[in-house]
Amino acid sequence: MSSGETIWTDDPPFPANAKRAVNNAQLRRNIRKATTTIRERRANLVGEMPDWQELRTSGAAIKDEVLRNLDRYLEQFEAAATGRGAQVHWARDADEANSIVASLVAATGETEVIKVKSMATQEIGLVRALAERGIAAYETDLAELIIQLGHDRPSHIVVPAIHKNRAEIREIFLKEMNDAPADLSDDPQALAEAARQHLRRKFFEAKVAISGANFAIAETGSLLVAESEGNGRMCLTLPDTLISVVGIEKLLPTFRDLEVFLQLLPRSSTGERMNPYNSVWTGVTPGDGPQNVHVILLDNGRTNVLRDEVGRQALRCIRCAACLNVCPVYERTGGHAYGATYPGPIGAVLTPQLVGVEHASELPFASSLCGYCYEVCPVKIDIPTVLVKLRHDAVRTGRHPVEGALFGAAGAAMKGRRRWTRALRLAPLMRFARRGGPPPLSRWTSVRNLPEPPDQSFRDWWVRQHESAREVIRERKRQ
Amino acid sequence: MSNDRETLRVALFATCLIDALFPDAGRATVQLLERLGQRVEFPLEQTCCGQMHANSGYFEVELVGRYVDVFSRYDAVVVPSASCAASIHHQHPMIARAAGDEALAVRAESVGSKTYELSQFLIDVLGTDDVGAYFPHRVTYHPTCHSVRLLGVGDRPLRLLRNVRGIDLVELPRWDECCGFGGTFAIKNPDTSAAMLADKMDAVIDTGAEVLCAGDRSCLMHIGGGLERIRAGVRTLHLVEILASTEDEYRPDRAPARSQPGAAPARSQRGAAPAATEEPPG
Amino acid sequence: MSARDEILARVREAIAPASPSDRQVPRDYRTRTEDGIDRFIERLHHYQARTQRIAAGRLEKGVRATLADRGVHRVLAPDGIPDGWLKNLERLTDTPPLDPPALDGVDGVITTCALAIAQTGTIILDGSAGMGRRALSLVPDYHLCVVRADQIVGSVPEAIAKLDATRPLTFISGPSATVDIEMVRVGGVHGPRRLEVIIAE
Repeated sequence: MSSGETIWTDDPPFPANAKRAVNNAQLRRNIRKATTTIRERRANLVGEMPDWQELRTSGAAIKDEVLRNLDRYLEQFEAAATGRGAQVHWARDADEANSIVASLVAATGETEVIKVKSMATQEIGLVRALAERGIAAYETDLAELIIQLGHDRPSHIVVPAIHKNRAEIREIFLKEMNDAPADLSDDPQALAEAARQHLRRKFFEAKVAISGANFAIAETGSLLVAESEGNGRMCLTLPDTLISVVGIEKLLPTFRDLEVFLQLLPRSSTGERMNPYNSVWTGVTPGDGPQNVHVILLDNGRTNVLRDEVGRQALRCIRCAACLNVCPVYERTGGHAYGATYPGPIGAVLTPQLVGVEHASELPFASSLCGYCYEVCPVKIDIPTVLVKLRHDAVRTGRHPVEGALFGAAGAAMKGRRRWTRALRLAPLMRFARRGGPPPLSRWTSVRNLPEPPDQSFRDWWVRQHESAREVIRERKRQ
Repeated sequence: MSNDRETLRVALFATCLIDALFPDAGRATVQLLERLGQRVEFPLEQTCCGQMHANSGYFEVELVGRYVDVFSRYDAVVVPSASCAASIHHQHPMIARAAGDEALAVRAESVGSKTYELSQFLIDVLGTDDVGAYFPHRVTYHPTCHSVRLLGVGDRPLRLLRNVRGIDLVELPRWDECCGFGGTFAIKNPDTSAAMLADKMDAVIDTGAEVLCAGDRSCLMHIGGGLERIRAGVRTLHLVEILASTEDEYRPDRAPARSQPGAAPARSQRGAAPAATEEPPG
Repeated sequence: MSARDEILARVREAIAPASPSDRQVPRDYRTRTEDGIDRFIERLHHYQARTQRIAAGRLEKGVRATLADRGVHRVLAPDGIPDGWLKNLERLTDTPPLDPPALDGVDGVITTCALAIAQTGTIILDGSAGMGRRALSLVPDYHLCVVRADQIVGSVPEAIAKLDATRPLTFISGPSATVDIEMVRVGGVHGPRRLEVIIAE
């Protein structure tokens, strides 16, 4: 089975990746500035919703309902979409999805396609797979365009070029965009205008577009794409053929359920009451938009996630990235450190489950378990609890024998009063390693002292006090 | 204080960290509770709640069983650590279930429901947010992640601190941000942890506080270790050490920390002797 | 086994331990709000859209004057837009369908809408008369939308309840924009860079 680019197999594990990122001051400034902005905007807009918690509760419950009955909803969606003129395909993994897309494109005779930003197509590595088959796929979302032109990788779920500031983006445009104006400034407005001019002709000439979907409605067979720029609308309406790659967990039971998610998603993702554009389409509409409409339902590890009763809540995710924007680890390391399509807290729980924890065993540990992600998650994914569960799975793969032995020894000392009391009397030895020591201790003492150990443990003090109290009582009795 | 409260059978779960490395916080807890009229017991069979193990992926169901056995006989268990209290509430039943022991999970839920983090015990059980403390220093408070987000202590610690006489309490900038401790996170991801620590120390130093306090000695060990390394001149104290401080007894601000051998027992001399612990359970 | 059958089998195996239940989804959130025209206008202004309130009796004159003021002389108007709104202007229709460069060449497009949401400053087009196919409100650089006051609902749930899911729907909340550069919202990318809403009362 191939998982495409769910994980970037050429990358070192998280701690080493993170070290590089943490030492990149420019990167840290860029990410801190952007996440601070979006964090405040989200907080303000959520604050004005007196029923936010009720919306979160409903959002989680709707997604859980889908997951509990996923087979039924998938069949219902297929029947409804097919009935409205769409062709529904199924893909077990990344390779299969890429092959289906490539053959659908080949059947049109086209060698160029335009793309709407989509996490599912990132995950399966579609652009690269199409290129290998001689098909050029052009990203049309501004941030994805920046990534594609810069031969870079996305580092955020909603704003993939968050690691680049305006000056860096200007450099990329001047170097890689053949029609960029020579006097291009680094004003975001001017950069957006350059992207508009660059892509306009492509929109008008393209015959095939590829998208993902934010939501798929089982009841009606409809898909919804949420976006801001209008590139999505261009892709969804101008070409003759539209191919949408949709993860099987994207389903909602009914159209009515959008009333919850269209409130949760924009506030959580871009910090807006509503993003500029939402497009909803159901199969083929004669005379309006693409007349060849394909939907590819993608598994690619999702059924693995579904199997885990604790971990399956990660499939509620609506890709809003609120957890990334508040995460103190993400803020320091950026998204590339995670070495995976899905970065940040949600990536740390989703990626190991999609590919198997043995292939991403460092990711569940890439968190201080501060819980901010859970607090902001619009569908109440208890990310810290899932992380701990995945850590449990990770250590059971037996990849850290030394650590396992240390924890085993500590655990053993804690399982008896005498042993524990004796162990505590070793604490004063710490005095000799307060400012340095062998690894792994040195990872602590590189930037912090160990505490000055006390002369006696709390329990030794207690016992002594307790004994002296008994003496006082005995003394009183004698008197 | 009502008779009901006086007849509560209250145990202290000191946590392994305070027991081993920060006995001052344990002593302060005993002193504070006794000053408020509580008789506190410290069952000696207690060791560790297993949080550090669990958060590192090692589920020690025996430690869960031990906690439940030791503390099930008490009416209330006071824990001067939000992080451990949260683990007892949320992780103990999960660990028991992961081990297939539903009976233990149910008992763990029951003991968890009468396990209180210190500020919750003071305000929710004893019904007081003024413990009569005196601490004439500039102090800033770091609301630890587990106290705010897992346990939901809300503003209880701040309500307690605001009522301390003489205190100059200053708000910590970006207080809602994690300090970067995260248990073994600090070891497994040392660079990221150090970056988070540096930002937290900057915020602490910006306040001009003499003392940084929090409800978790573990986070304070991390931040305090960093502050000591850069010679920031800011001391760390557990919240309870400030609350235990009064005008005429127990002055951690005056005490020369641990530089004088034997100083600690001396300054914990109090009027009341600790309650005699009956035969330890287990 | 086909991919379809295999995926469905994996799903069934994965969810088998959980008994299928009829657990009701709680819906304790607000299903209506009191937001009205003023809130709608406030939100549109927040998105940098222009707005006007015009009495129904003066609508013809108001639309004509607006288009003239904005320099929009070649106006794309889908079927269903009254001729009276476009007197003395060059009206282009979409029959036969215009290709994208032709759509790009008009000065602007005028449409009505199916519904509007006050709380979020959203107009919703569903492709029926007065709105045309989706591309018409997308390619031209100026979009004038006429909203009847009685089409404005308070909140998202009120709007969803009134929409037909099987029609092609476009939710528009302000002009085209992006936050892709440093999370700063800037207007004007691929969709219409100027959005104007006339509320007919």
